[in-house]
Amino acid sequence: MGETLTLGKALNLGLRRAMEDDSKVILMGEDIGKLGGVFRITDGLQKDFGDERVIDTPLAESGIVGTAIGLALRGYRPVVEIQFDGFVYPAYDQIVCQVAKMHFRSRGKVRLPMVIRIPFGGGIGAVEHHSESPEAYFSHTAGLKVVACSNPSDAYWMIQQAIASDDPIIFLEPKRRYWEKGEVDTAEELSVQEPLHSSKVVRPGTDVTVLAYGPMVRTALDAANAAAEDGRSLEVIDLRSMSPLDMGPVYASAKRTGRVVVVHEAAGNLGMGSELAARITEECFYSLEAPVLRVTGYDTPYPASRLEEEYLPDLDRVLDAVDRSFGW
Amino acid sequence: MTKASSKRATPPPGDAADFVQLLTPDGERVSHPDYSVDFNDDELRGLYRDLVTVRKLDAEATALQRQGELGIWASLLGQEAAQVGSGRALREQDMAFPTYREHGVLYCRGIDPIMPLGLFRGVDQGGWDPIANKFGIYTIVIGAQTLHATGYAMGIAKDGKVGTDEGEAVIAYFGDGATSQGDVNEAFIFASVYNSPIVFFCQNNQYAISEPLTRQTRVPLYQRASGFGFPGVRVDGNDVLATYAVTRAALDNARHGNGPTLVEAYTYRMGAHTTSDDPTRYRVAGEIEEWQAKDPISRVRKLLERENLADAAFFTEVDAQAKVEAVELRERVLALPDPDPSEMFKHVYPHGSPEVDEQAATFAAYHASFEGAQH
Ligand SMILES: Cc1ncc(C[n+]2csc(CCOP(=O)(O)OP(=O)(O)O)c2C)c(N)n1
Repeated sequence: MGETLTLGKALNLGLRRAMEDDSKVILMGEDIGKLGGVFRITDGLQKDFGDERVIDTPLAESGIVGTAIGLALRGYRPVVEIQFDGFVYPAYDQIVCQVAKMHFRSRGKVRLPMVIRIPFGGGIGAVEHHSESPEAYFSHTAGLKVVACSNPSDAYWMIQQAIASDDPIIFLEPKRRYWEKGEVDTAEELSVQEPLHSSKVVRPGTDVTVLAYGPMVRTALDAANAAAEDGRSLEVIDLRSMSPLDMGPVYASAKRTGRVVVVHEAAGNLGMGSELAARITEECFYSLEAPVLRVTGYDTPYPASRLEEEYLPDLDRVLDAVDRSFGW
Repeated sequence: MTKASSKRATPPPGDAADFVQLLTPDGERVSHPDYSVDFNDDELRGLYRDLVTVRKLDAEATALQRQGELGIWASLLGQEAAQVGSGRALREQDMAFPTYREHGVLYCRGIDPIMPLGLFRGVDQGGWDPIANKFGIYTIVIGAQTLHATGYAMGIAKDGKVGTDEGEAVIAYFGDGATSQGDVNEAFIFASVYNSPIVFFCQNNQYAISEPLTRQTRVPLYQRASGFGFPGVRVDGNDVLATYAVTRAALDNARHGNGPTLVEAYTYRMGAHTTSDDPTRYRVAGEIEEWQAKDPISRVRKLLERENLADAAFFTEVDAQAKVEAVELRERVLALPDPDPSEMFKHVYPHGSPEVDEQAATFAAYHASFEGAQH
């Protein structure tokens, strides 16, 4: 039976279910207890699971991630909340040098089954450091897996899969979509869900392949609707996993359409789009009618909020790229 | 402003100088063995005016946010004395490194209160000259500015600008939550080993968003200083006189080459963390009332009344003048223009970058194409 949930509530229920299923799952972060997190993603969980399992930490991100490593070594499955994307950087050293490499350095003797949840991306009119898209930094780091959910159903299942995974996972949550609603069939089993690191065609089409993840999936779908009115059929793929990338469905689609547009909020330079374009070119060169085009944030710091609509890819910029692809 | 006692703020760790207070919540002056102020009547009235004005401007900004004119606002309500006391203690040549809440310090530095409003409105990210204003850009990443402040103080020492009355000193502002950050602890270490001319001014407003002080520390914060090798002192942060005296002494101590001090201004955030916050979720019952009774403004008013330093006309005039400034601030906020989108490509690098310039040109052409299409 489906339930209509916001993406935020779906995450909350997913966390709850993971905590019910495994007593080793603990949550750590700033303001996640009484307050339920600044986005209320952990709302009610401390009340129900106690402050030994839902832990308000000191205000220190390196400390949060570093101690989560120790707890993981001790057999816990920590789920860390970073309050905003821009505040993950104090923990960057722990994530890149320690979280990512512990398994490798121990030659496989220890695993770090931890999840680092990060509300990411812009579009909420926030002040600086609250609208960053850091996915490429982490995807560039071997040993980490990086995923982003885009809708309530995926949010509900992917958070549980991430917690169940033996890998350390950077779990990116599209903060501006927290309040968007969708159907979630909470009665299903976790084991029957499609794998965490799989990409998914979320709208079939024939003319152009549009690749997106996280907050930009909605934008890509809106663009597909608009393009349909002009008689153009866009196929939208939700990548879901930035690392590893699941390229199978992407190659299949690119070979059919011959045209690919990648959309992300993060700056273009060395962003996910760069890697996607390279791989698609290597694999689908003879099928392509146009170069892979990128619609991204600009190579500037994220601007003041009154300019963010100019900075962020929107429906028009996606359609413009589609036009350019056809104009090639 | 007059000089405070320049006795060193060096109570040995664990000494009785636990809590410096010179003005009780009832407006009674009390003496302290190490600290005193000798303000004249005009100066006392001036402090009262500062406190009232700073609160009024803050309330105006909160109202502007409620009306959608600011994206967010971090109110200083309750912390006026900590900010006015420390802000007025700064000498002309001193440098301040704020968080995002030091609107009162900024005001006391003589800086136009409109300056930080663009950041909260979302039209810029500060944009002021920190050196020219002797007031750093607001820093949202918790604790980061304490290291910048320390480095700046290290530079002052390198330049030989310590050791006299004309010496320079730095003040670094941060909250109780910030004391958990690695950056802040590293700042303490650098300042200590280089004996830098800096005052670490912690406004302990009892909360870091929803988390009470107990999530950050088991010892009183000022006591941390001793472990780093410099003095710490706890002052009644709702007492403008004591805050002034303690900060002035610590700054003068620093400028004379005697190294850092940690000042813990013990206060309370009466409002929400920011306008995005809902404190009803975590406040302890009775807390607000308890701190209301320690209000930083009413105790100065009581003092002025008790000592017949001001009459009803004075208080009315102060309120009226504060209101005039608030109305003026409102009008100027409403008039702040939205930035031209091309602004976003500027100042990424001091000498530009061919890549960013090219993106700016493409951006302009893209937007021009829409304008063409509309005609
Ligand atoms: C590195 C970092 N982590 C988290 C945040 C989110 N955040 C903003 S203010 C705040 C609490 C700060 O508390 P405190 O230092 O006591 O200062 P106050 O706001 O109470 O003045 C937090 C967690 C941040 N801005 N920077």
